[in-house]
Amino acid sequence: MTIELREQPLAAPLKAKDFKGKVDPDWCPGCGDFALLRATQMSVAELGLFPHQIVCVSGIGCSSNFPGYFNAYGMHTLHGRALAVATGVKMANQTLTVLATGGDGDGYGIGGNHFTHTARRNVDLTYLVMNNQIYGLTTGQVSPSSSVGMKTKSTPFGNIERPINPITSAIMNGATYVGRGFSGNIKQLVRLIKGAIEHPGFAVIDVFSPCVTFNRDNTYDFFRQRVSPLEDEGHDPSDWKSACERAMEWDERIYTGLFYQDQNVPSLHALEPILEGGAPPVSHVPEAITQEQRDRIVRRMM
Amino acid sequence: MSQGFDFSIAIGGAAGQGIATPGNILARMFVRRGLHLNAYNAYQSIIRGGHIFLTMRVRDREAPSHGDRIDLLLCLNQDTMTRHLRHLGAGGYAVYNADNVTPGEHQDGVHLCGMPVGELTGDAKNKLAQNTAALGVIAHVLGLDFEVLESALTLQFQRKGEAVVSSNVAVARAGYEFSSANFTPLADPLPENPEPLAVWTGNDALAMGGAAAGVKFYCAYPMSPSTGVLHWMAKNARELGIMVRQVEDEIGVANMAVGAAHTGARTMCATSGGGFALMTEAIGSAAMMEIPVCFINVMRAGPSTGVPTKTEQGDLWQALGASQGDFERIVVAPKDAHDAFNCIGEVFNLIDRYQCPAIVLSDLLISEGTFSVPPKEIDMSPPIERGKLIREANGDSGPYNRYLDTEDGISPRAVPGVPGHVHVVATDEHDEEGILISDEFTNPIKRRQMVEKRARKLDDYFSRVPAPEIEGDEDAEVTLVGWGSTAGVIEEAMEQLQADGVKVNRVAVKWILPFHGEAVAEAISGARKTLIIENNHSGQFHRFLRGETGITADGHIRKYDGEPFMPHHIADGVRAHLAGDVPGGVFVPDQEIIV
Repeated sequence: MTIELREQPLAAPLKAKDFKGKVDPDWCPGCGDFALLRATQMSVAELGLFPHQIVCVSGIGCSSNFPGYFNAYGMHTLHGRALAVATGVKMANQTLTVLATGGDGDGYGIGGNHFTHTARRNVDLTYLVMNNQIYGLTTGQVSPSSSVGMKTKSTPFGNIERPINPITSAIMNGATYVGRGFSGNIKQLVRLIKGAIEHPGFAVIDVFSPCVTFNRDNTYDFFRQRVSPLEDEGHDPSDWKSACERAMEWDERIYTGLFYQDQNVPSLHALEPILEGGAPPVSHVPEAITQEQRDRIVRRMM
Repeated sequence: MSQGFDFSIAIGGAAGQGIATPGNILARMFVRRGLHLNAYNAYQSIIRGGHIFLTMRVRDREAPSHGDRIDLLLCLNQDTMTRHLRHLGAGGYAVYNADNVTPGEHQDGVHLCGMPVGELTGDAKNKLAQNTAALGVIAHVLGLDFEVLESALTLQFQRKGEAVVSSNVAVARAGYEFSSANFTPLADPLPENPEPLAVWTGNDALAMGGAAAGVKFYCAYPMSPSTGVLHWMAKNARELGIMVRQVEDEIGVANMAVGAAHTGARTMCATSGGGFALMTEAIGSAAMMEIPVCFINVMRAGPSTGVPTKTEQGDLWQALGASQGDFERIVVAPKDAHDAFNCIGEVFNLIDRYQCPAIVLSDLLISEGTFSVPPKEIDMSPPIERGKLIREANGDSGPYNRYLDTEDGISPRAVPGVPGHVHVVATDEHDEEGILISDEFTNPIKRRQMVEKRARKLDDYFSRVPAPEIEGDEDAEVTLVGWGSTAGVIEEAMEQLQADGVKVNRVAVKWILPFHGEAVAEAISGARKTLIIENNHSGQFHRFLRGETGITADGHIRKYDGEPFMPHHIADGVRAHLAGDVPGGVFVPDQEIIV
């Protein structure tokens, strides 16, 4: 059986607009997610990818509607499960470029267990988290990344729980490419996303994607006053300690950019014994086992 | 009772005393002689201590259950002797280490075979020596030449080196010679059939069924009693090109399986009830996205953590109702290990055809039991039918609608990577193109169209899956209805009843959903008295049968103490029902062997 998944259409390299999905986003006007969608479309076009080579897997939430707006294979799965499903896709067909998209509640809350273990395994995925620090689709409740004191419908007296730090969590759990973007800076997002797709391992980009409807605290203005690109700081992304120190800053200055990258850790599929030597994906190998294999198995039972 | 050789050996001791090794050696010796085997291991969730009790029935013909009797009891500790000596009848054997085990009250005619192990081996400190010496005694009692045992020991221990082999052979020989000098062997020695058999567990069979069906992605989280499937898959993964992943939890397992299956790989995962509970949301997602995945639930006694090492048919309703919403699924409960092996291939062809999830209900009795199987009957080349799967570029450049509303409801299924077929699958309701209808305009016409399209897919199911038939006596006084793993034990109970002149027949149900309601109703329409037999308390199958057919049974035989039925439990229940001596209509047998 020949595997022709990489068959290229005759058309010239595609443009960002060619990655526009079948329907227009139903996000609120001004939602930060528009910027990430645009940046992702630009990134895959600039990398010369074609829609059939990409699978975009999401969970549930406003931002998880992303695959419907993006011209590529897509899976709009269950709340919190995007990374588990995406791991299945990537491991069963390692020739695909697999993106996972979702929000902070989806990824850091209900999907937190998968976030930890996907990072640990260094699955070759690009995970784009549209972090708006609120549950938007359920009309405004506290999220795992909401700040202390934030008043929401479920915390009318102010949030008493400390937020997760996605950057240090990702680094500590073993992610090998960890960045942070902001919907107000598409250029930087494109750089981060292209780097993430090209990175052979688990790449996480936490994106400040303001919710203009339910989060009155973490607005575009809030971030514009604070964001500071790491590129301007001479930060060395191979230095995890420095990366974590900078990721801990929040009040006055919030860093964006590539915090951490380790290119020396093989990804899960690169270590998988049955894929050794450039083996074809298990999605496309013949199903039947041979008579010799059958006989060996049965002999061991006798 | 019945003609021919039929002998049960029980080995009891504490966890950590090495019951598995003599069990394995005996099993291999028996199947190599072409003898049939059915072994059930009663154990607890403990690594050291407790009471492990392996019952190994060996027969010159098929052994559908682990039987009713113990003929030879090997006591590796006093506790075993104290608990079980009373179960031996006249002619039975109790084999034990006389250095530290004392027999108590026993029935007349029991052979007490005490071995002075310290004296025989010259090494009173070697705790495993008694196991090997006992194998020598058992080989002698069964009328085997010592060479048979010697070659079995050599095979078992050869990986550990020559010294281990020769010391084990020496100890076994001492046991054999001591027995020859002191104990009376069986009048009818262990027979031999011409064709050697193979041996497997039900979990081996499930895994092998998957391998034969072309499963290329298997993932799991360890959970008794399903873990054997993971072990088999992991051990054979490289040779067979199966990707095997151990995942962080069963939620991850089920969702990872959905992702892998979506790429076109045949995908399977196994768990037990608690893990299955975590998988349920993903089962619904497989139905909604129309992705075929085989989910195995190896049932154990629940609810909750329940009794992790004990069997029960308690998850039927969990399977029927797994996941929110109203959707099509296949639920099948294989009857035994061989049926479990065959049914996986059947299931994959069905779910590839119908693009829906399947749930296979095994249980501890099948999955962790050890059984003989004729090697010729292990067909690892079943037909593989992938349905309307598109895995290669086919020149089509679209438009492609993943959920095209076809006449049979089944839409061509392209996998990611194929040019010209780009689409999004969604757990939200969607239209033919895969575009969500749930968010902006919840279009009732499209919703109805998609619900009906998915339902229609299984319209020809009944022409592809055989209906259960009535087996046994015509004009029976009583008709027994069971499902899944009780098939074998019911068969043997029927033999016992027939030997007593009771006319009896039965229906053994395997395919549960969609249910052959009409065929089953027809099969039992002429029954004079219908009894339903199941390994649970509330009669889950009875309620299901009543819902599907309107049939109400005349009585029930149920067991829910964690231990499986033995044939006489059912035969006693049938006799009690026939005598009108079952107040409340539910006969619950007593479990005599307490482990």
